[in-house]
Amino acid sequence: MAITAPEITTDVVRARLQGEKADVSGAAFKDLLVACLAMVLAALIALIASVSGEGIDVLWRRGIVEFMSEPFSIRPQAAGVYQAVVGTVTCAVIVAVFAFPLGLASAIYLEEYASDTFFTRAIDVVIRNLAGVPAVVYGLLGYALFVGGPFKEITGGSSVLSAGLTLSILVLPIVVITSAEAIRAVPSALREGGFGVGATRWEVTRTLVLPNALPGVLTGTILGLARALGEAAPLILVGAATSGFSGGEPGDLTGRFTALPNIIATWSKLPPRNWTGNTQAAILVTLALVLGINAVGIILRNRFEKKK
Amino acid sequence: MTPISQPQQSTAPTATVDLTAQTTDEPLERAKPKVFETRDLAVFYGDFRAVRDVNIAVHQSEITAFIGPSGCGKSTVLRCFNRMNDLIDIARVDGHLTFHGVDLYDKAVNPVEVRRRIGMVFQKPNPFPKSIYENVAYAPRLAGLAKKGSAMDEIVETSLRKAALWDEVKDRQKKSALGLSGGQQQRLCIARALAVNPEVVLMDEPCSALDPIATGRIEDLMEEIKQQYTIIIVTHNMQQAARVSDRCAFFTTEVSETSDTRTGVLVEYDATEKMFSNPSDERTENYVTGRFG
Repeated sequence: MAITAPEITTDVVRARLQGEKADVSGAAFKDLLVACLAMVLAALIALIASVSGEGIDVLWRRGIVEFMSEPFSIRPQAAGVYQAVVGTVTCAVIVAVFAFPLGLASAIYLEEYASDTFFTRAIDVVIRNLAGVPAVVYGLLGYALFVGGPFKEITGGSSVLSAGLTLSILVLPIVVITSAEAIRAVPSALREGGFGVGATRWEVTRTLVLPNALPGVLTGTILGLARALGEAAPLILVGAATSGFSGGEPGDLTGRFTALPNIIATWSKLPPRNWTGNTQAAILVTLALVLGINAVGIILRNRFEKKK
Repeated sequence: MTPISQPQQSTAPTATVDLTAQTTDEPLERAKPKVFETRDLAVFYGDFRAVRDVNIAVHQSEITAFIGPSGCGKSTVLRCFNRMNDLIDIARVDGHLTFHGVDLYDKAVNPVEVRRRIGMVFQKPNPFPKSIYENVAYAPRLAGLAKKGSAMDEIVETSLRKAALWDEVKDRQKKSALGLSGGQQQRLCIARALAVNPEVVLMDEPCSALDPIATGRIEDLMEEIKQQYTIIIVTHNMQQAARVSDRCAFFTTEVSETSDTRTGVLVEYDATEKMFSNPSDERTENYVTGRFG
């Protein structure tokens, strides 16, 4: 490659550095990305717009507090979501109490203790597939186990406890997968540092791996929780009430229950003239509740991240 | 955990002073007691033999260097000495490795106890994402040497002083260790390793991520602590091996004739002075003179 060196002057260099070719494909790609983002936002805005018209009207007219403190009723003017909010929040607590520790413990075992064998790899694949099983199937399992099955005596049949436990099983795979990923993301240099000064595996896990994985684990749990609280199908099978019932007070774990997604599903099928506003208002309450739970999770996560 | 390491540390200085005073031309073999001895040590990863035929003796209060080209298995061998290879599922150690005559790979030996007596410093500084104080206090607390308060403060200060880091961090011990420079982080890792009072410190290319000034400090530090600690260092840097070590092991790779696999082998192990001035093996000479590797 014989090149005669061109004369290097400030003008020549400037012309070269400024370039001539316009980056067409680069600009087009960026526009495409913006368009995709716009479509996602449009879908979200459409959702909120479609429920906010009459829904906000109902919440405004009757007051949010009243709407949330009235029980089920056949009269649309009096019907509220009190029992459904109690049911959903109770389910959230049950899921947090059962699915979080069980899922985290399983993930710790798989990542930190189990050796990499055919068996553990098979378990990993199975858990990943379980996360994709339709919620209805978990509903059937919950029915078989908790409503009509061996745990009937403890759960009281169709109860909020049965519902919470069913949702716990539903989110377990998600909690295990995301926790395992968070644990895997902890640099192995950190573990080596711990082992190198004579820490046992349990000490390394407790003092180094877990504190660093916890923010990721929490994120996974929150995502799982948010998904679980939006499920109606499994709770229909477990026996969520679709008409007025007495009870559904906080702390009543073995009595009858309902939950927000089920109320939304039920009300949406009632005559539109009377019930559309109520349905939309219930959707807004659900969105706010999920948002609130996510916020708690994010605050917790940030606190753990700061502690590092 | 101290009963084994304590008496040796207290006797070590007197023993060395006596012997180094009269030596230089006397063979190093007789100078200091042996801490480690290996016989036909080999490491396998699954079916693949990574290193074979390692026969060396590591002596007390000396710095032993492992040198050789990349992939020759020197780090793998180093990790045998505190059973770090146990953490890799497929790794298997063959042959014999004794620590004061005790087979380190005996079934009855607890690897956690081994690692408390034989500390390790890694290639990349890996301080815990905790405060400087907590980094040093970590191992003594787990080992139950001290809980909190002045006893722990003392361990932390002593360890940081030994690692020549005390003056730089004494006013910010509660600050995160991740805010330190690379060289400071590596010295913190050394302080962390010294905090449980090990007998041996294994260093796996401790200076490869550091600039020459930070490297110089770590080398000075090794020189200072070697009276109290036996040190084995893996290094890519031949000058470093020549500067700091008393004995030197040269490893290289041999490519199998039948398959395309490479296995690390120990070529020569001798006093550093001899290795760099008059090696017995041609391959060593080629390597130390820069003709190969």
